[in-house]
Amino acid sequence: MKNNGNLINASTARTIAAHAVLITYTLIALFPVVVILINSFKTRKAIFKSPLSLPNSESFSLVGYETVVKQGDFLLYFQNSLVVTVVSLTLVLLFGAMAAFALSEYRFKGNLLVGLYLALGIMIPIRLGTVSILQMMVATDLVNTLTALILVYTAQGLPLAIFILSEFMQGISDDLKNAGRIDGLSEYRIFGRLVLPLIRPAMATVAVFTMIPIWNDLWFPLILAPAEETKTVTLGAQVFIGQFVTNWNAVLSSLSLAIVPVLVLYVIFSRQLIKGITAGAVK
Amino acid sequence: MGSLALKDIHKSFGTVEVLKGIDLEVEDGELIIFVGPSGCGKSTLLRIIAGLEDETSGTVAIDDDTVNGQSPTERGIAMVFQTYALYPHLTVRDNMSLGLKQAKRPAAEIKSRVDLATSMLSLGDYLDRRPAELSGGQRQRVAIGRAIVRKPKLFLFDEPLSNLDAALRVNTRLEIARLHRELEATMVYVTHDQVEAMTLGDRIVVLNDGYIEQVGSPMELYKKPANKFVAGFIGSPRMNFIDSRLLGNTGSTTTGIRPEHISLSLSQGDLKGTVSHVERLGGDTNVYLNCSEAGLVSVRLFGEHDYEVDSTCFAVFDQSRVFQFDQEGKTIV
Ligand SMILES: Nc1ncnc2c1ncn2[C@@H]1O[C@H](COP(=O)(O)OP(=O)(O)OP(=O)(O)O)[C@@H](O)[C@H]1O
Ligand SMILES: [Mg+2]
Repeated sequence: MKNNGNLINASTARTIAAHAVLITYTLIALFPVVVILINSFKTRKAIFKSPLSLPNSESFSLVGYETVVKQGDFLLYFQNSLVVTVVSLTLVLLFGAMAAFALSEYRFKGNLLVGLYLALGIMIPIRLGTVSILQMMVATDLVNTLTALILVYTAQGLPLAIFILSEFMQGISDDLKNAGRIDGLSEYRIFGRLVLPLIRPAMATVAVFTMIPIWNDLWFPLILAPAEETKTVTLGAQVFIGQFVTNWNAVLSSLSLAIVPVLVLYVIFSRQLIKGITAGAVK
Repeated sequence: MGSLALKDIHKSFGTVEVLKGIDLEVEDGELIIFVGPSGCGKSTLLRIIAGLEDETSGTVAIDDDTVNGQSPTERGIAMVFQTYALYPHLTVRDNMSLGLKQAKRPAAEIKSRVDLATSMLSLGDYLDRRPAELSGGQRQRVAIGRAIVRKPKLFLFDEPLSNLDAALRVNTRLEIARLHRELEATMVYVTHDQVEAMTLGDRIVVLNDGYIEQVGSPMELYKKPANKFVAGFIGSPRMNFIDSRLLGNTGSTTTGIRPEHISLSLSQGDLKGTVSHVERLGGDTNVYLNCSEAGLVSVRLFGEHDYEVDSTCFAVFDQSRVFQFDQEGKTIV
């Protein structure tokens, strides 16, 4: 009896400790986001006077959001960001999964070499190639198009996607794929109907890891597509940061707005993630 | 329809030769068993028959048509795997009908075939469940059902029962025997299990190290093993092998006698030994005799017997059941 009580105490203590750590981490992670959010609803003076206080009737102001809506074509910027992110993400997931399937499923000469070559990109940042990328884009007349960004981001996301997905695909039993072959499924069908549904959680993970850097990137939009009609949100927000004066209200508001679409995408993917995890657990 | 002929099948993985010339004819409607030690190439041979693996050389013929290079579907085979290999994200019904849908069969036909398989295997209550919601035995029945609905010329089973517990194994074994009778289908069945091999098979193929050691009906293999390997592999507990010199037999190297063909005597016999262990199984009693130079000799007695450990006993051989093997292990007739 006593022993039992001790056990329960020990496990509750451990639960509390685990939650304390997680909550602390959550607070630290959320802090900058919250600061941006609350300050985006305050007057400029209030932002500087007490950056940590919540907006009250005196300091509340929507001036930042008004500026954002008035100045520049933010709806267009959003659309650009969304198009670039969603299309690149789709391409990364599609090609990444296909390459991973080929690498993990088929024994062919140079399999290992191709795998290494494809994974090399994880270690070498794509920005090192900016100059040549720009030259290529100029040569192919793709400067100031969303296509340029999509191509670059797809290349940037593929190595990690292939690496993670092929690890997962190796875990799928050969018998299952052979059962599909006996049922007359083509290799494409086996990929699409058997393998993809089974690695959905891995796909969601890859999607999240791929999506965030694309959405947040400032470098390539600035270099490859700075034109007004191809600006992304992060680039668009830069107009408010001047060399001498920075319109903090507008910067904070545009950043707050920029969080929303990624948040939506994240919720979609993370639901897939959890679905995948629990599906595995009941098995 | 459903005969199978293998001619001089060789298979190498890289430099390792796994199958070293397999010739075999399986008649229509036969249930043939592949047995052999782990790693001898049973699964590889089955996968070559299925078309999941390419042979290095040799021909596979189904119904007298050479099928080398054809896909599993073109060959008209169905396979049941040890790991069930059900599609985890599909219901039992979809698991069974996927192959037919893929072949673009009319919906009514799919339904009637699935219904037939369902009633044969009493799976009616589970049609809308997913594999994760089934027990091991039910899963294996679904896997068998998936094979049945395809109406294959040839069923291939790769150790279908080895993931099941003992009681379920007996049930499913009976089920497969019944299916074989009802469907009159040709079946190739790989197993490790003595009992499965002896009870299910019309004929047994004993494989060892990439070669066929012997092909024959279960009783043929039991009564007339071609060599020491087959003699030792078929029968449980396994045959005792004793150095012929110790028994005064000239003209053979090794003498073999099955545990069930030895009786025990307290006064005299062919070999003297001390009882080292007694296993009481109820119906049978296994006695292990330590016969100094001849080593451990197992004796299987019917009924219940009491023998003291460390007491002295004599093993009496049923001379009509003694096998003699030459230096290469071949049986001397
Ligand atoms: N894809 C492969 N690549 C290389 N070697 C392989 C491959 N598949 C099987 N082998 C080898 O071929 C031999 C035969 O394998 P196989 O799976 O046919 O054995 P088995 O008789 O089915 O054994 P078990 O009873 O343990 O299932 C083994 O030595 C195995 O290591
Ligand atoms: Mg095997």
